Amino acid sequence: MEWTDIALTGLIWALEILAIAVPVALSVAYITYAERRVIGLIQVRKGCNRVGPFGLLQPLADGLKLFLKETIIPSQANKILFVAAPVMALVPALVAFAVVPFGETTLFGLWDTAHVMAIAHLNVGILYILAISSLAIYGVLMAGWSSNSKYALIASVRATCQMISYEISMGFALVCVLMLAGSMDLSVIVNAQTGGFWHWYIIPLFPMFLVYFISGCAETNRTPFDLVEGEAELVAGHIVEYSGMWFATFSLAEYGAMILISLLTSILFLGGWDAPIPALDFIPGTVWLLLKTSFFIFVFIWFRATFPRFRYDQMMRLGWKVFLPWTLAWIAVLGLFTYAEELNSSLTILSDMIGYYQPWRS
Amino acid sequence: MQLIKRAFKTWMLWELVKGLALTIRYLFKPKITVEYPEERTPLSPRFRGLHALRRYDSGEERCIACKLCEVVCPALAIVIESEEREDGSRRTTRYDIDMTKCIYCGLCQEACPVDAIVETQHFEYASETREALYYTKEMLLDVGDRYESQIAANIAADAKYH
Amino acid sequence: MFEAGFFYLFATLAVIGAMGVVLARHTMHSVMFLIFCFFNSAGLFFLLDAEFLGIILILIYVGAVMVLFMFVIMMLEVNKAKLREGFLQYLPMGGMIAMALLVEFIAAASSGIFHTDAIATVGHLGQEVNNTVEIGKILYTQYLLGFEIAAIILLVALVGAIVLTLRTRKDAKYQNISKQVNVRKEDRLRKVRM
Repeated sequence: MEWTDIALTGLIWALEILAIAVPVALSVAYITYAERRVIGLIQVRKGCNRVGPFGLLQPLADGLKLFLKETIIPSQANKILFVAAPVMALVPALVAFAVVPFGETTLFGLWDTAHVMAIAHLNVGILYILAISSLAIYGVLMAGWSSNSKYALIASVRATCQMISYEISMGFALVCVLMLAGSMDLSVIVNAQTGGFWHWYIIPLFPMFLVYFISGCAETNRTPFDLVEGEAELVAGHIVEYSGMWFATFSLAEYGAMILISLLTSILFLGGWDAPIPALDFIPGTVWLLLKTSFFIFVFIWFRATFPRFRYDQMMRLGWKVFLPWTLAWIAVLGLFTYAEELNSSLTILSDMIGYYQPWRS
Repeated sequence: MQLIKRAFKTWMLWELVKGLALTIRYLFKPKITVEYPEERTPLSPRFRGLHALRRYDSGEERCIACKLCEVVCPALAIVIESEEREDGSRRTTRYDIDMTKCIYCGLCQEACPVDAIVETQHFEYASETREALYYTKEMLLDVGDRYESQIAANIAADAKYH
Repeated sequence: MFEAGFFYLFATLAVIGAMGVVLARHTMHSVMFLIFCFFNSAGLFFLLDAEFLGIILILIYVGAVMVLFMFVIMMLEVNKAKLREGFLQYLPMGGMIAMALLVEFIAAASSGIFHTDAIATVGHLGQEVNNTVEIGKILYTQYLLGFEIAAIILLVALVGAIVLTLRTRKDAKYQNISKQVNVRKEDRLRKVRM
């Protein structure tokens, strides 16, 4: 009896993991398609439209091509790490999805209370994601070092500096969210924003929203922060020696991280699965979440079509001299607002203002 | 006041928003893509494509084997050999153009005193072997026969600029 | 049963990882083993219901400290032959330290502290107990002074490191980015009527 229970639990887990991993892999494929189409349209072109209706089979064709290509391992490369690097890049990008809640469900009325749709319901969800996404750098670092190529090495050094710089301001932007929601549990954060768009954290934390999203661009090495790839000076950066399926694994990781950042931005700042006005509640929450996420993915692509690449020193300045002080100041301001009434009773208005967004205080 | 306005614009990323607004406008503009096999761009009468050897209306070939084209060809793509024909006129026995060497400069066309060698608007003759791109006299005459009406029209359209 | 199984799994892998750090020939492999070891230690923390500590271990040590380690190692040219040169010279000293440690371990193990009865069994707190909140409470009340002192020491170290390394070279041409960013159209652009 006990073993059947264990087997059943294992099976449910496997199904849950598949239910997240397969759509993520599929959406990665179709984000590459969307990216080519949208950038094409912005550049007054049509984009890929030859393979299948509207070019919809293009990602499959690309995947097949990459799958059939030979993976070349440079003779001077460190073979173990060279092969392990793409996996190390991909694993954090996928593992981070474990705690992301995709909505609340009663399973068509089967359960009495609404359950959160996440593989793991962790009460340190935000920290977990921060920790896991900071591991993504190892893939880039290993790829750069083990390829035994100058370009790749320089790219991985750049990537490391970039990740470390932007992770800090990203973390501080998250701290602001935590100060309002009073919890590190992602579903609690979403529930703290229920009741319409005027409850969303984008309103009190608009600068933090900008900092978080821009840092997200930097974390995933997307334009305008893709100087890790910098084809003009670094050829293709850390992936210069890779080919075939290992190369595809890197872009899988990059786009997976992009989906993750978009999901998190919608969850943390745009109320996750809540409708913008309560009257629209009849549409399922997951649809809202995916709509918001798709919008942010579109913004990522839109950025890529619009902005030129940052120079290295400009990027460093933005991270350390603009974002870091700005986020620190915002934390201090939030703290002052929160405890203003205890300083002076005439300042109650301030803490009431911010208290509107802080369900843990009432 | 000016300063406040500028600070506000900086923090609201005004310039970036302006750029994004521009690109989103372009997203909805009509596209200029020409979907090649189905749609084609118009070609100029002076377009320099596949070579052709022309004939007179009587069916007599125009080329008089003066070898000016062979001399002028910068890529050395043309090979000509000539002999006297039975009726005593000077004609080519061999007129080959190696299309893998040709750079489509059009100098042969310029050099020809009798408008025998011309470049047509035909450009889709890619092949899988190099041999198929080695055009002999028969092949060039055949191209000329097939596209004669087009060649004549192009020459007529371009005549007033000479 | 599961818990014990996972404990032995994590513990064994952590020990293997730690041995790998010392025994690996290549510095880069050592670092990878160390990261592996940290992961397994984090797993042990999770088994003890200390999920905050476990995640912080990954976030700080694996996510930041080890990246910087790697960064340094990548830049170094390690000469393996030179590393082995002094092996015999250092053997007596190292051997003595190892012997002393071994004696200490045996003494500690036989003293009865690590007897199975002496170790408190791990009690599991419910889901409602939030580690993060508890750590925050104790850190900002009971250990506030220590916490603040640690923060100030770190700040001093940070400022000190910057002061020590910040040298402005006179002959180098720097670009002042703030100046570049603050440029306005009106300063540079002049409309000329032709």
